[in-house]
Amino acid sequence: MRWLDRLLGREERSSSVAKTRLQMVLTHDRGDIRGDISPGLIELIKDDIIKVIAEHLAIDPDNVVVNLTRNSRESRLVAEIPLQENGRRKRPT
Amino acid sequence: MHAKVITVTSGKGGVGKTTVTANLAAALAMLGKRVAAIDSDIGLRNLDVVMGLENRIVYDLVDVVEGRCRLSQAMIRDKRFAELYLIPAAQTRDKMAVSPSDMVLVCDQLRPDMDYVVIDSPAGIERGFRNAIAPADQVIVVTNPEVSAVRDADRIIGLIEAEEKGPGQLIINRIKPSMVARGDMLSIADVLDILAIDLLGVVPEDEAILISSNRGLPVAMSATNSASASQAFRNIAQRLEGNDVPILDLAPQSGILSRLRNWVRGE
Repeated sequence: MRWLDRLLGREERSSSVAKTRLQMVLTHDRGDIRGDISPGLIELIKDDIIKVIAEHLAIDPDNVVVNLTRNSRESRLVAEIPLQENGRRKRPT
Repeated sequence: MHAKVITVTSGKGGVGKTTVTANLAAALAMLGKRVAAIDSDIGLRNLDVVMGLENRIVYDLVDVVEGRCRLSQAMIRDKRFAELYLIPAAQTRDKMAVSPSDMVLVCDQLRPDMDYVVIDSPAGIERGFRNAIAPADQVIVVTNPEVSAVRDADRIIGLIEAEEKGPGQLIINRIKPSMVARGDMLSIADVLDILAIDLLGVVPEDEAILISSNRGLPVAMSATNSASASQAFRNIAQRLEGNDVPILDLAPQSGILSRLRNWVRGE
């Protein structure tokens, strides 16, 4: 049923998986300017982001993704934070 | 100070450095250039078998460096071309038998009498690689459209720049247009986007390469169809000569129906 997955856009092309993985690993390999940003540091930042946002919104902490991406011109930290269905978290009373 | 010294390297082994060296040397010789190809992979020589000259080796690069023969005695002439020579590597020694300054000296001796010196680098980033790039005026980085080869190419590009031999130029070898078309192989644009260096050429996967190395005949000599590896190497030689030749159009030859069929099958 691979064709169905493709038709529904559920399966990512292996070439784009390869490209994303390469960009990630090269960010780390190149490490010249940003060598102090280790995968461990990214994990720490991710935990802190989850903590701060979870105070205000109901999020899905297991699916939070924080990536450092880099091309020849710029680096950026990209965070993807999925919200839970019922949106705003009830403020503790 | 005449010849241009071009080193072919890659970091990763098995991406086609030796094939590229043999075929570029042959394609340049076919343009009437005087070419010397040097195998700098001491201990694991192979350029001799790919060029089909393995039975004619008497002296090698280490014999020259250690003064056991004159440089001209170690130059094996390929009689199929007007002026193409191979300087083979030694098979029984290791990379430490030659130094970067030895390579510079050998190339300086060749420069007045040649148009091109093409050096086949060993895999890796150690002494053998440093020997190979020391005399280079230009460095060609060979990669394949796969993650391990592109990663190593990126490392090599950084090292070439650190040695002030940059910017390198890229050859993407063994690309399969049908796999690229269905999204299962990194495209030329993907690789260039990641590595951010100039593209010198693209060589398609071609059975003719294995057949020609079986026979010891450079594939650049054979006349085949326009999207072949043979044509790709001849185009790269033209670009080295400063001629503006477009990159091969590697669109799959199939019609829309067979492409749709492949897509449905996930092939």
